[in-house]
Amino acid sequence: MLTALLLVPLVGGLVVAFAPTRRNPLLTKQLALVVSLAVLVLAVVIAVGYDPGGGMQYVEEISWISAFGTHYALGVDGLGLALVLLTAVLTPIVILAAWNDGDEGRWGTGTYFGFLLGLEALSLGVFAATDVFLFYVLFEATLIPTYFLIGGWGGPDRARAAAKLLIYNLLGGLVMLVAVIGLYVESAKAGTPSYLLSDLSNLDLSTGVERWLFVGFFIAFAIKAPMFPVHTWLPDATQQGTPGVSVMLVSILDKIGTFGMLRYCLGIFPDASQWATPVVIVLALISILYGALVAIGQDDMMRLIGLTSVSHFGFIVIGIFVFNSQGQSGSTLYMVNHGISTAALFLVAGFLVKRRRSQLISDYGGVEKVAPVLAGFLLLSGLSVLSLPGMATFVSELLVLVGAWVEHPWIAIVAVPGIVLAAVYVLRMYQRTMTGPVAPGVEVVTDLRPREVVAAVPLIVLLVVLGFYPKPLLDVIDPYVQDTLSHVGKADPAPAVGSAPESRADSAGSDQ
Amino acid sequence: MTAALTSALTSVVPTEVPVVDPSSADGVLGLLWLVIALPVLGALVLLVGGRRTNAWGPGLATGLVFGSFGLGVAMFVEILSRSEDDRQVGQHLWTWISAGQWQVGADLLYDPLSALFVLLITGVGGLIHVYSLGYMEHDARKRRFFGYLNLFVAAMLVLVLAADYVGTFLGWEGVGLASYLLIGFWQHKPSAAAAAKKAFVINRVGDFGMALGVGLIFATFGTTSFAGVSEAAGRASDGALIAIGFLLLLAACGKSAQFPLQAWLLDAMEGPTPVSALIHAATMVTAGVYLIVRSNFIFELAPAARTGVIVIGCITLLYGAVIGCAKDDIKKVLAGSTMSQIGYMVLASGLGVAGYAFAIFHLLTHGFFKANMFLGAGSTMHGTDDDVDMRHYGLLRKAMPVTFLTFAMGYLAIIGFPGFSGFWSKDKIIETAFAQNPVAGACALVGAGVTGFYMTRLMLMTFFGKERWEPDVHPHESPRTMTVPLVVLAALSVLGGVLLLGDWIVDFLAPVVGEHEEEHLAISPLAFSAIAVVVVAVGVVVAWLTVGRRDVPREAPQDVSFVTRAARNELYGNEVNDALVVTPTMRTITALDAADGRAVDGAAEGVARSVGGLSAVSRRLQNGYVRSYAVALLAGAALVVAALLVVNL
Repeated sequence: MLTALLLVPLVGGLVVAFAPTRRNPLLTKQLALVVSLAVLVLAVVIAVGYDPGGGMQYVEEISWISAFGTHYALGVDGLGLALVLLTAVLTPIVILAAWNDGDEGRWGTGTYFGFLLGLEALSLGVFAATDVFLFYVLFEATLIPTYFLIGGWGGPDRARAAAKLLIYNLLGGLVMLVAVIGLYVESAKAGTPSYLLSDLSNLDLSTGVERWLFVGFFIAFAIKAPMFPVHTWLPDATQQGTPGVSVMLVSILDKIGTFGMLRYCLGIFPDASQWATPVVIVLALISILYGALVAIGQDDMMRLIGLTSVSHFGFIVIGIFVFNSQGQSGSTLYMVNHGISTAALFLVAGFLVKRRRSQLISDYGGVEKVAPVLAGFLLLSGLSVLSLPGMATFVSELLVLVGAWVEHPWIAIVAVPGIVLAAVYVLRMYQRTMTGPVAPGVEVVTDLRPREVVAAVPLIVLLVVLGFYPKPLLDVIDPYVQDTLSHVGKADPAPAVGSAPESRADSAGSDQ
Repeated sequence: MTAALTSALTSVVPTEVPVVDPSSADGVLGLLWLVIALPVLGALVLLVGGRRTNAWGPGLATGLVFGSFGLGVAMFVEILSRSEDDRQVGQHLWTWISAGQWQVGADLLYDPLSALFVLLITGVGGLIHVYSLGYMEHDARKRRFFGYLNLFVAAMLVLVLAADYVGTFLGWEGVGLASYLLIGFWQHKPSAAAAAKKAFVINRVGDFGMALGVGLIFATFGTTSFAGVSEAAGRASDGALIAIGFLLLLAACGKSAQFPLQAWLLDAMEGPTPVSALIHAATMVTAGVYLIVRSNFIFELAPAARTGVIVIGCITLLYGAVIGCAKDDIKKVLAGSTMSQIGYMVLASGLGVAGYAFAIFHLLTHGFFKANMFLGAGSTMHGTDDDVDMRHYGLLRKAMPVTFLTFAMGYLAIIGFPGFSGFWSKDKIIETAFAQNPVAGACALVGAGVTGFYMTRLMLMTFFGKERWEPDVHPHESPRTMTVPLVVLAALSVLGGVLLLGDWIVDFLAPVVGEHEEEHLAISPLAFSAIAVVVVAVGVVVAWLTVGRRDVPREAPQDVSFVTRAARNELYGNEVNDALVVTPTMRTITALDAADGRAVDGAAEGVARSVGGLSAVSRRLQNGYVRSYAVALLAGAALVVAALLVVNL
């Protein structure tokens, strides 16, 4: 089943890119959309058949290189399922929203959509892999389509942005490769070498080795996520890339970073993860505030949105590393919600940029007067990015903050100004572009076309529905989080009133 | 030490904090969800339906709010017919958030406190919808305005009906969003757009308190429902209770424009006047008072936090009153006054069991008379080509008799003229404050005098004296849709005091806030009321001497004292915010922005350049990507080998 899920977009992507239909742009686009919708159907079938009780399901396992103990092994648990669904939902929307983006690039329309579908296939593989080596190969392979998508269809400075993305991520990948090979050495020492996650999570590592290997994985994931101070490739990439590619990059690919922290760092190196917690939390807190502050100072909308993600990934990382149910459920949910809300903001801002041909906030003003529907969508997606209650993002952000408070009040107190700054960067952008008198050059902005509305509406609907009814997702996430916590050896602390009633013995009499 | 204080207090005033323990909703109370659903439906139809609903949308929106009001009345009658300990009703709709031990239901709670709020929100809200039918008649975006109004009513109902702090938070931000949209309704005006953003951002600072408060409440109690928290509050540590109290107070300061988060309210007057009446006078800005009274089980056990509440209330009631004295913009005078009157309510809610009921009582009467006066101000603006400067009014009582008479009822109510609603409600607060803390009592009494001054000044400048409007302005009375709500609200402003008959409101709220032995002052209540009336009279006379006896210049005189200048500038609240928060933050942003481009990134790009120049690298990567990748992999492998050698050593 999972193999089919990977093969459909992969083969579909090849067909879109190389079949004779590529000479007909419209047919190419329609074909790409159909393929991505087929993937969505498959993903929904998988979700419906998933037993919410938890555990790794839809497991497939074939030995690959037995000498190294590598396998072609797939499976999804609550975490994997959530991200597989996110990928499957976002890709058709991106294709629809980016309908004409592929027409003006270095290569043809077919190549653009072929790469997009290939990227979808690889991302699905990353989220479904249960073998570390397979994961590593797919993780690195996602860079190839991303690199070409930014370098081939982006803004004026796209070559530099693409190269920067590649250098940063390759560097992270190489550090991880060291750790991956290190894992082989350790696994071989313990008997038969195996890269299966299920084997590795029970591997007995000496403290020193475990810490070194953890650091190797963590650096790669921190670059991917991205966290301060290795985040600078991201705003460049979103500034230069087309909006659709930015969605794939920020909403889906960057999740590999936080996904990897949860699955591999905590899964294989539970003790080292706790050892590293203070440093990780501090970096994440810096990311939250730093990303938000720098975002406020931006004039380029796409760069601004990229930087907001640095701030949001800080929240996700905090939720992971506070080691309690609220934090980790919040983080997992946050990955999905952030994917949807950031996609909405990127795409709607992209619609705007496409019309006026400028990404600079200072070139706009009064758009609400000429394109009220577009303004409405920009406001709604902006509100979800600032985690307004009623939007899906609020639930996850609140869970992370509460989890942080339970672990240590200071983490929450330092993180929470992030929500004030979020209001500033979102509303500042909205105020300057949408309100006030109509700026010169903005008269050309037409309101959204039906195709664009169809692309944006599902995102907004999802954000509102999940804002009030996140239960279906939380139900599959919760068992996964409980498994992870028990694997790490952490239990939720009891509330203060339950654990220490004697601390108020002095006034207990008045309670009776 | 605080523990000793708690037990000392509880021994002096033996009170029992009621536990929230609702019974399941049945009969007409089972329709609780529908009270919220009706305006939600209205907002959806009007905002999603688009232009198709232009013709009938505003009417539908108005009807739906009255539908909720009808339900509210029916439910109110139902709980009145029940015995006192059977007046708390809960309704579980669905499970909203569940993570580990934390369960948050989409749950509603209907009790005497929320019952009164439902009536206020839907009743005054309905009247303001009717008024808006006339006021916004010629606005091209009228439908959208009504959609936002319905959204507001729905969110405000969520705020007061939620049974969990997270649910309250949802309504809390919902009203904030509606307020943002409505302050910036005329967003083609840059000043309106800026005011909307300012209101939202300052409120987010208050949310700081709300978000952290929810965190601390969960960490302390393992639940965030009112029922769970009120049941366990007695077992929590003093430190936790005090911290929760202060965090909730911070949240209240944002939403209720209390010092030091007051700066947004005067700017918020950029919104259409019905919005100022509904959101920025009668309902939303009182949410902070609701939050404190609702959390009485926390504040009762945290005297230190209650002291904080009293201090904030006293500062703000004077702060707002002083601003009200110096402004020439009629809406800003009323906004300063709102700030000040909410200060009274906050003060009362800080007085504990003795004050909660009076806080809510004043909240209701203020809802009547302030909505009345804001709508009256809207009516004068409507008749004078949207002029807001009182220096351009004068003698409007001749041209707008209905507006004048209804406004006068509101005026008499707010200054506390004997017999009018404000007299009863404000008097009770001042009296209770004196009984507990003479300093707070003195602040409240002085505030009453200042209120007498600025409200008399407003009346004289607007409705009396000489005509000062431009020759091409022809003041006229407003249409029936606007004057009928004015008459209804004026009647309520006069009669609102009946709620206190036989201590009805105190007894009615007792199941929520607890019972209390009345504390008696050394002097009789009648003598005390007389003193209060004299203080107000002094304010009125001073206003008459300084404003009424002289001609009001059309331009504000500039050679004024420092105090007047400070009051005109809102006591430099904006300047303080700029100096302490905005400017340092913007400097940090500029510095970080530069650093992000140079230091952090420069280091990374420097590494790349030292390898062979970034441009060369990128060119090479573009020419032969696969080959470079292979080379990179090879280099990586070499690194791995080296690393392994090191490890094996």
